[in-house]
Amino acid sequence: MTEQTQAVENTSTSNVTSIIRIISGVLGHFIVKRFLFFLFVVWLASTVIFIIPRLSGQDPVKEKLLLEAQRGGAMQTGLDAMAKSYQKRFGLDQPMWTQYVNFLKDLSRLDLGVSIAFFPRTVNDIVFESLMWTLGLMGTVTILAFILGTLAGAVLGWPRKPGWLQYIFMPLLTLSAIPQYLLAMILIFVVAFQLNWLPLFGGYAPATVPTLTFEFAVDVLRHAILPAFAIIFSAIGFWAIGMRGMMINTQGEDYMIQADAKGLKGSRIFMRYAVRNALLPQVTGLALVLGTIVTGQVLVERVFSYPGIGDILFQAIRLSDFFVIRGIVIIIILGIAGATFLLDVLYPLLDPRIKVRNS
Amino acid sequence: MTESVTTPDVLIPDNSGGWSEFNAERLTPMKKYAMRNPSLIVGLGMLLGMLLLVGIGHVVWDTEQFRPLSAPTRLGPTLSAELRDGTTAAFPFGTDTQGRDLLAVAILGTPLTLRVGLIAGGVAIGLGTVAAFLAAYYRGIVDGIIRSVVDVGLAMPALLILILVRINIGRELSIDEIGIAIGLTSWVFPARTIRSQVLVMREQTYVELSRLSGTSGMGIIFKEMIPNLIPYITASLVGSVAGAILASIGLEAIGLGNFSEPTLGMTIYWNIQFSSITLGMWWWWLPPLAAIVIVFVSLFLISSGLDEWSNPRLRKRV
Repeated sequence: MTEQTQAVENTSTSNVTSIIRIISGVLGHFIVKRFLFFLFVVWLASTVIFIIPRLSGQDPVKEKLLLEAQRGGAMQTGLDAMAKSYQKRFGLDQPMWTQYVNFLKDLSRLDLGVSIAFFPRTVNDIVFESLMWTLGLMGTVTILAFILGTLAGAVLGWPRKPGWLQYIFMPLLTLSAIPQYLLAMILIFVVAFQLNWLPLFGGYAPATVPTLTFEFAVDVLRHAILPAFAIIFSAIGFWAIGMRGMMINTQGEDYMIQADAKGLKGSRIFMRYAVRNALLPQVTGLALVLGTIVTGQVLVERVFSYPGIGDILFQAIRLSDFFVIRGIVIIIILGIAGATFLLDVLYPLLDPRIKVRNS
Repeated sequence: MTESVTTPDVLIPDNSGGWSEFNAERLTPMKKYAMRNPSLIVGLGMLLGMLLLVGIGHVVWDTEQFRPLSAPTRLGPTLSAELRDGTTAAFPFGTDTQGRDLLAVAILGTPLTLRVGLIAGGVAIGLGTVAAFLAAYYRGIVDGIIRSVVDVGLAMPALLILILVRINIGRELSIDEIGIAIGLTSWVFPARTIRSQVLVMREQTYVELSRLSGTSGMGIIFKEMIPNLIPYITASLVGSVAGAILASIGLEAIGLGNFSEPTLGMTIYWNIQFSSITLGMWWWWLPPLAAIVIVFVSLFLISSGLDEWSNPRLRKRV
């Protein structure tokens, strides 16, 4: 236990040397092994995605054409020929094995195919345009909520906190139990509809064209406030619960008793001993949540008609644009697997105890 | 508290001892426990209270009017609305733009959504527990396979997989099918957490002792491990049900639900679709929203109450 305490204390004083030592020690096999696992996860997940549509025996291209024909009342005669030419265009007439190899080849070049509904546009083009909106809003909000929630949880799990703080715990818990899109609906009704303080929906005012002016930036910010609050309110509770639990777990540990016995100041024990150790699982959680931010808030985006991935996903479902949906799923999987991989690689830097286990 | 419960025990003669004995041995500890664990009781009370209201609603109200066009459209909450044929009818919760009686929708929707959650949670926890025991008890190659499936599964967003599957099936799923589909995509997380619990338990002395005294593998699993894991599994079940309800509402709100069922999620979908907020029809979105909030808050309270039960370490501190 003493070694652990010293290890935790030492890293901050001799960060550089320990980083170099860890990197040289670990590069040999650890990162390579992790990277292979990352590739394995992505491969297996994309294989599942390749198989799912084939299992149902339905043909997304033909489905789409039939749907269009029903809507537009077009003649049914040329339909089969049309479907055939489309299948050729998308490579769906080749044997399954070739299709699979082509699919993996395209994937390795990050080529996600062409949209069916907006035909000449590529999936990459469509997805990346909306990804900017989602990442800008959700990324900022997630990190903000993480910091605020973790701080709140750390204080709430500290036995020597001021007594009145106990009373903010229940409201935080209750807020965290309410789905974000419902908070979003309440916020829209109260702030945007009743009080008319902020815009009701969208990422920017409907009549404007995105430009790099000050007015446009203010407009975007005004539109982002409500979705941001909807997410922060409930995410803070989530982080606070986790952090509080971990803080409580550190209370009985030997290094805490030792720090107390050494007569260290309360603030030092709090920050360097309790928070430092309780933070590790939170960081794991943050990496996993950052991997899902793209889809985590699909419904919040839908409620606000925010021009992010959620909106694109909804449009793609409505138009049954199979390739766009598949592209979004693949990007999310890459995001989560990538976040896990980065976390595995960076974790020894945060927790020196991991290094000992690996070498 | 204790006195008022134990006094009848003395007064009532032996022949009716069944109840008083039950009272003293079972109920009193339960009541004492309830005092110590208020969140479990409040959560259960909220959920049962809402189900009671729904049950009363089923009996006294004509729930057939949940279908579109069965009532005048866009009525605010009213007790006497004049219908086209001159008669009057009451719509205490108002009607929506498509002529549904929203009280009927509220009565039918909550149990339907809870049913999806229970089916999905049951499937997820069942599969998860079996996988966890297979992995943690037999270890070796079984553990390896299950662990990689779980790791891959955790990297695949369940909601999106559901969307892909649903799009490819190409038809509307029934309520029960949605529940099963959600369960099939959400068992990996419980499998992982239960597996780690079993791994810890495997090293405990009482399991060791049982193994040394010649109990078979199945015997150890069913006699030693499962009984000790029940609190934990119950807590995970509540968490899974909440997650499944969230997923089902998500699926429905994005337009992939069953359009003929008045679940809470479908009501949310119609609300978004017809932008009830900007129409100022607060009576349309408020009841499903309140029902969802009550369901989630009560499930959350129940799960933190169960947490306290299954993890006594949390009891004394803070």
